[in-house]
Amino acid sequence: MPAAGYVMVVAVVLIVLALVYYLVSTIVALRQITAGLDDVIESVGEIVEKSAPVADVVTTINDQLDAGVEMLEALLVKKAGLSDAVGLVDGLYAGAGAAGLRNFPESATLSPPRIGEVYTKGTLTLARLGREAPVATTSPAGPALRDVTAASSSARKLYPDGREYGAETLPRSPVIGTDAPVQYEERDDIGQPRKRLPTSA
Amino acid sequence: MILWWIGDIVLLVVVLPVVVYLLRGVLSAAQSIVPTVRKIAGVAADGSKDLDATALLLTTQDQVTRTVAGVADYGGSLDVILDDA
Repeated sequence: MPAAGYVMVVAVVLIVLALVYYLVSTIVALRQITAGLDDVIESVGEIVEKSAPVADVVTTINDQLDAGVEMLEALLVKKAGLSDAVGLVDGLYAGAGAAGLRNFPESATLSPPRIGEVYTKGTLTLARLGREAPVATTSPAGPALRDVTAASSSARKLYPDGREYGAETLPRSPVIGTDAPVQYEERDDIGQPRKRLPTSA
Repeated sequence: MILWWIGDIVLLVVVLPVVVYLLRGVLSAAQSIVPTVRKIAGVAADGSKDLDATALLLTTQDQVTRTVAGVADYGGSLDVILDDA
């Protein structure tokens, strides 16, 4: 065999060695990928299994909450009327009246009465006083607006010393009415033109 | 004889580098996929663990049912004691 033949054999052997090295390395990498994908498929299967009942449960929860909202809206409209109901909602939660009530689409077109001006802030606060409702707090992190167990303590704080000193010696409030011990004659000048006082010349 | 040498040169200078280049590209692509697949497997496993809390939704569902029932009772009482508009 000529020298050129040996060189060709060496070249072919080199090519085959390169093929073997790189193909074996590729096979090893592909096996690692396969193992990794097996783990992924296992985890994804768990995810699918665990999330399967979520839709039904969430749908049920939403149905329950929808029923509660519908009932409360209907009760509010029944008791306060549609216009005042929207005004009350808007007074409690500014801007919420623009969205209207869910089951009363016409409420979105109403101009909510400014109940916050007609009634005092205290009235609105009273309206928010649910016994255990979360809205009974000034903020979700704050204390309840009304202390249902010791509400009288708030009033007592206004007069910490009790009754005013010397209250017993103060004159009693006058008794009025037809049975009052002191009757005053009705003045006949009430409703008449005012008398002109004499003026100095 | 000259053809033999030409063939040798072509094998060593052209064919061998091309083969090595192509195989090296395939190997590097395959090896780059491995860490990505491992990351995906880790994320999928974490996601599966996170969904362990979905069982608590059943408790939430029960609580919501009880709460709405309580609100309904409360609303019924209000309906009785308050006058209609």
